[in-house]
Amino acid sequence: MGELIKVGMADANICLPPDRITTLGLGSCIGVVIYDPIKKVSGMVHIMLPDSTKIQNKENRAKFADTGIEDLLANILAKGAIKRNLVAKIAGGAQMFAFSTNNDMLKIGARNAEACKSVLAKFGIPIIAEDTGANFGRTIEFDPETGQLLVRCVGKNTYYI
Amino acid sequence: MSNDKVEFTQMDAMHYDVLREICNIGAGNATTALAKMLNVKVDMQVPKVDLVDFKNLADVVGGAETVDVGILLMLEGNVEGMMMFILEKDTAQKMVRMLMGMPLDDLGEFSEMELSALQEVGNIITGAYLSALSDLTKMYINASIPYLAIDMVGAILSVPAIEFGKIGDKALLIQTEFGEKDTNVNGYFILIPTPDSYDTIFKSLGLL
Repeated sequence: MGELIKVGMADANICLPPDRITTLGLGSCIGVVIYDPIKKVSGMVHIMLPDSTKIQNKENRAKFADTGIEDLLANILAKGAIKRNLVAKIAGGAQMFAFSTNNDMLKIGARNAEACKSVLAKFGIPIIAEDTGANFGRTIEFDPETGQLLVRCVGKNTYYI
Repeated sequence: MSNDKVEFTQMDAMHYDVLREICNIGAGNATTALAKMLNVKVDMQVPKVDLVDFKNLADVVGGAETVDVGILLMLEGNVEGMMMFILEKDTAQKMVRMLMGMPLDDLGEFSEMELSALQEVGNIITGAYLSALSDLTKMYINASIPYLAIDMVGAILSVPAIEFGKIGDKALLIQTEFGEKDTNVNGYFILIPTPDSYDTIFKSLGLL
């Protein structure tokens, strides 16, 4: 049994079998998993914001969809993954509070999900599974051996995508 | 750092003391309101002011997967930002049942009435907090209606964390723990002003 690698908020890491990789309590943030099912190299990034170009302080590149996914991709390739094998799974991007206003700030979950999809598309990485939106938090755990992404929510049965 | 603007990542001990003190008064007011409403004794801890890395944020309130009730209010006016009131799920349910004179056992899913009562409790308590803050600083603070979420605390806290994320990698938590031993009414107040609002707060208190 391998270890369980934790990815914090605005954080990223690489994972090889027999380890698994997890991020806890995703709300409006997005957990992006990119992996090579043949070489069994995977990585996860916990994204908080859609676009680094709109922000002054971009020291932490893992925080943004554009830079976070770009870096994750580079790190996975450096670990021996083959670009054409790569696929992605994404989860999160919920709207935690049911706001009635049109305040843009509060729809960040949906904007994060959109940004992640367009960045992955730009790099030509197909999204083979997705569990985004709705109004509940998610904990995700990825196993690079099986390629299964476990999703755990409050008051629901655990499921795989 | 320019001379007339306080960056929240660069505040010194004095700024922390001031924030701690104004939140002490705010939370004191709120705790009194809570105690009166429930007709029980509720103790309050001295507020903690911490600059927390995102990755440790959820640990502060008991781990990312702890299921809590979060009541969120958006602040507008001279001070902008968010105010959060976090309660353990069981605590919250006991609290509204005490309020409605219902039995405290057999906790589980919240009924519609319990949810609505909880929202009202949040409204009264945060209102007490904010009016103290507003009186003290002579600032106009307007709060939205309370929004409610019952979920993993990590997910609930992602909402304010994202706001902080726009300017840095740390969040400033001003949290006050309150509790009552016998009934275990305990939780946190978290005040999350926008970065610009710190300036306004300090200025209004004559510190800048």
